[in-house]
Amino acid sequence: MFAAEAAETALPWLYQNVWLIPALPAASFLLILFFGKRLPYKGAEIGLTAVGAAFVLAMLTTFTWIGDIQGAEGAEAPAGEHGETTDDHEGEGGSGAEEDEDEHGLADTVLSVDGESVASVSLTAATTAEGEEGGDSHGEARGAAKIATLDWFSIGAKTFRIGTLLDGQAVMLLFVVTIVSGLVHIYSTDYVNGDRRYTHYFAFLSLFTAAMLFMVLASSTLQLIVGWELVGVCSFALIGHWWEEKPNSDAALKAFLTNRVGDIGLLIGMITLYFGAGQTFDILTINEKAVNGEIDKLLLTVSAVSLMGAVMSKSGQFVLHTWLPDAMAGPTPVSALIHAATMVVAGVYLIGRLYPVFFIGLEIPGSNLNLMALIGGVTTVGAGLLAFVQRDIKKVLAYSTVSQLGYMVLALGVGAYTAGMFHLFTHAFFKACLFLGAGSVSHAVHHSFDMKSDMGGLRKYMPTTFWTFIIGSAALAGIPPLAGFWSKDEILAGAGVWPGTGGNGTYYIPFIFGIITAALTAAYMTRTVWLTFFGEYRGHGEPHESGKRITVPLIILAGMASVVGFLNMPGPFVDALGLPSGLAHRFEDWVEPAGQPNFPPQGFTHAAPSLTLAIFASGLALAAGYLVLRYYQGLYAKDPKASEYTDGLRSKNRMAAAGYRVLEQKYYLDVLYTDIIVARVKGPIARAAYWFNQNILDGIVNLAATFSVGMGRFIYWIVDQGMVDGSINASGRSASASGQFLRRIQTGQIRQYATLMFGAAAVLVAVFIVAV
Amino acid sequence: MLLNQFLLFAAVLFSIGVYGVLVRKNGVLILMSIELILNSVNINLVAFGAYNGDVGGQVFALFVIAVAAAEVGVGLAIVLLIYRNRRSIDVAEANLLKG
Amino acid sequence: MLMLAQELTTADNAVINVFFAVIAVVAIAAAVRMVTTSNVVHAALYLLVVLSAVAAVYVILGAEFVAATQVLVYLGAIMVLLLFGVMLTRAKIGAESDLDNEQRWIGALVATAMFAVMAFSLWEGFSDERMPAAMQPQRTQAVADEIFSTYIVPFEALSVLLLAALIGAVVVARRD
Repeated sequence: MFAAEAAETALPWLYQNVWLIPALPAASFLLILFFGKRLPYKGAEIGLTAVGAAFVLAMLTTFTWIGDIQGAEGAEAPAGEHGETTDDHEGEGGSGAEEDEDEHGLADTVLSVDGESVASVSLTAATTAEGEEGGDSHGEARGAAKIATLDWFSIGAKTFRIGTLLDGQAVMLLFVVTIVSGLVHIYSTDYVNGDRRYTHYFAFLSLFTAAMLFMVLASSTLQLIVGWELVGVCSFALIGHWWEEKPNSDAALKAFLTNRVGDIGLLIGMITLYFGAGQTFDILTINEKAVNGEIDKLLLTVSAVSLMGAVMSKSGQFVLHTWLPDAMAGPTPVSALIHAATMVVAGVYLIGRLYPVFFIGLEIPGSNLNLMALIGGVTTVGAGLLAFVQRDIKKVLAYSTVSQLGYMVLALGVGAYTAGMFHLFTHAFFKACLFLGAGSVSHAVHHSFDMKSDMGGLRKYMPTTFWTFIIGSAALAGIPPLAGFWSKDEILAGAGVWPGTGGNGTYYIPFIFGIITAALTAAYMTRTVWLTFFGEYRGHGEPHESGKRITVPLIILAGMASVVGFLNMPGPFVDALGLPSGLAHRFEDWVEPAGQPNFPPQGFTHAAPSLTLAIFASGLALAAGYLVLRYYQGLYAKDPKASEYTDGLRSKNRMAAAGYRVLEQKYYLDVLYTDIIVARVKGPIARAAYWFNQNILDGIVNLAATFSVGMGRFIYWIVDQGMVDGSINASGRSASASGQFLRRIQTGQIRQYATLMFGAAAVLVAVFIVAV
Repeated sequence: MLLNQFLLFAAVLFSIGVYGVLVRKNGVLILMSIELILNSVNINLVAFGAYNGDVGGQVFALFVIAVAAAEVGVGLAIVLLIYRNRRSIDVAEANLLKG
Repeated sequence: MLMLAQELTTADNAVINVFFAVIAVVAIAAAVRMVTTSNVVHAALYLLVVLSAVAAVYVILGAEFVAATQVLVYLGAIMVLLLFGVMLTRAKIGAESDLDNEQRWIGALVATAMFAVMAFSLWEGFSDERMPAAMQPQRTQAVADEIFSTYIVPFEALSVLLLAALIGAVVVARRD
């Protein structure tokens, strides 16, 4: 499929300089901030160019990578010949890299693990003949990570490095992030046109892209944390884009703070790993040590559980998902980019990056239930149920995102690594398509997102949006042959419950949750589609199709949503259709690093696909969708303009009403968080702080003042007036008093003088007599 | 003869003279008492001169007599002057040195 | 008196002692009366008696020239001077009301204290010192020799002093 020869010339340079891909949007961020307002398109052109360039580079990297994989794989010939080829290949790469050092003046760049990657490839080449692993048709090792790092800073004897780690996962996400970001940029030029902060919007879009790419390419956990936090900040900034309205700024704060709660787990997990892996932040090293069993199992479990906390907040798992629906207060392209396709998958990406840690730490192989699978499962079902009671189309899509993220985490939790990654890949496209479609719809109905009051019957007015939305929904629901079907099916197979699948364990409960959600997804998407596009128009305006800049990205995304599923077709399917066997499991080959020292851990296996499961799941989804369709068709027959039954189940059955209320209140989680936890904590703390300030701090200040005044008075009255002046006055007074006293001796009477004289003489003589 | 008898005799006269100086109001009487004192001193001098066989005692006594004479002259002149100015020679009234 | 003195020096000491006792008593009595009498002229006369007694004591001590000078200067000049002074200051003839000031007891005390001190020291110092047995009267020539050889300077100074006193007295008492 992809030409291997195109890769050879660009090999060393591209991998070495993959840091350019995040650098371009970062530079664009700064440029837009400084110069955007003066440009004719108010900075959008810089953003578009940067993202476009990043996308081109990402495409090149993708092709190169795929070419490498194909090249390494394409030789199933004798080891020796192959070993040479690959050795030469990599040897070239190595020397080429050294030449390139002088060429590009990146004197500091060190291919620090170059030796390792050479060794690993030759190792993998050597094992080509040796065999397969786990019943897979692709036995050879592939997908060694390419590292390029620099010295970042040193503390004492330890040096920390910064750089890029390029492997299958990273390449995949590079591709996804750049293409979705690019399409969102184009879309935004129409959607937020004339906005009060157009330039800032594009600046932050660029910053977000840069941060996400930075995180994706992180070679050390430190970098990962930096990127993680940075995307959180951008999310905050973009959700609160129209912060003049309080609900928007509240939503931004909620997003950021909820993520903060999860970040505690992130830090604890990363620090534990740092110490567990012998004081290194390097991701590859950590993974290798985990695989080799060099890290203490307890530490792995602790870090895995802590990192799950981070995943729960960033990827919107239960119970820290509450920020995601509120985040819909931001502009729709932002929701599409950040809260559907890219940022929220950061948590899933984290799990994928440090998969050996989770795999071993949470004891994924061979068990029935583990923390990750449970969380993922609960999330899928819980969010799926919540999607049913929303009026706001974006909120439906938000809960759908939460639900699908739950799927990804579930997949990773049951050991279906590739399935989870593949679902991430496909989800990005169809969810982005759905969000952008929702934006297009709202554009037509004067910026409202309320399905029940302002939409309905829009398929007549907006055909392009309608069809792309249908394709997206079908992909989401898992209808074959669209993308969602392939990825979702692989997840369900990975649970290892359906007979004939095998897998890393037998996860009953997550499997049941997954099945239920498959049905739920189809159901709520049907509801959404009906309420928006079918029936009669309930709004007040003149809806019309949106412009080219909105519809073209929609078409592109819908096309991708249709096609990308075929990237990971299971082997038996391919054989059954008589296609070349090389077409099977493409995605897995490209993304999953097999046989590397950092992957996979002990006990990792792939589940086998099952046709019966596929039929069962799809059938379930179709049935659920059909039921909902009948429901709404009945409603339409009663009243074309109605959006809900006024005398439905809710009004008749108390339990149904109560259940509805629970769903409406989002399981009372928000009540718990805001009214109970925060309010209970905030009030006393605020009061305590106020008390402290008034009484203690002010008290200290007042005390100091009083003390100073008192001291002043004391010194003035007592010391100065009293003692100093007093002593001086006293000396004066004593002089005069003694003078007055002594004056009496001077009577002027001679006889007295004579008496005194003689008397004194007598005394003196007596003294002399006695003494001498 | 004891030396002491002369000396004691002189001491007695001296004391009486001191009493007179301290007690008398009249300026002239005070001068007389001073003469008494001087004479007692003279007796001492001569007694010691005779005791030591040294004629210097007598010489000194002569000098004292001469000086006493001068002193009385001047003293009386002063007393007369005071009398002329104040019409009284009560020394208690001459207290201009009173501080 | 001179002849008597010559006789006495070679005669028995006891006789001299008796004479001395009598003279002493007379002198002391006169002195006491001098400081206690309320008659100024009587005080002057009592002083005269004391001065005479002192002259007699000089003779006993063998200082004839001093005795002569005493009589001449004191009795002759100073007493006259004092009497003139008494007259010129209009001392009352007869007893005056009060010649003592209010310090009588303090004065007595001080005088007694002085005497006590002196007596004590004299007794301590010179107890039982005897005068030389033969107190020959010193020849006047010896005194003269002494004055004009050893004490010539004081003699001259004394002359100047007398001159000063003379001029001073004249200046002070001048009526102008």
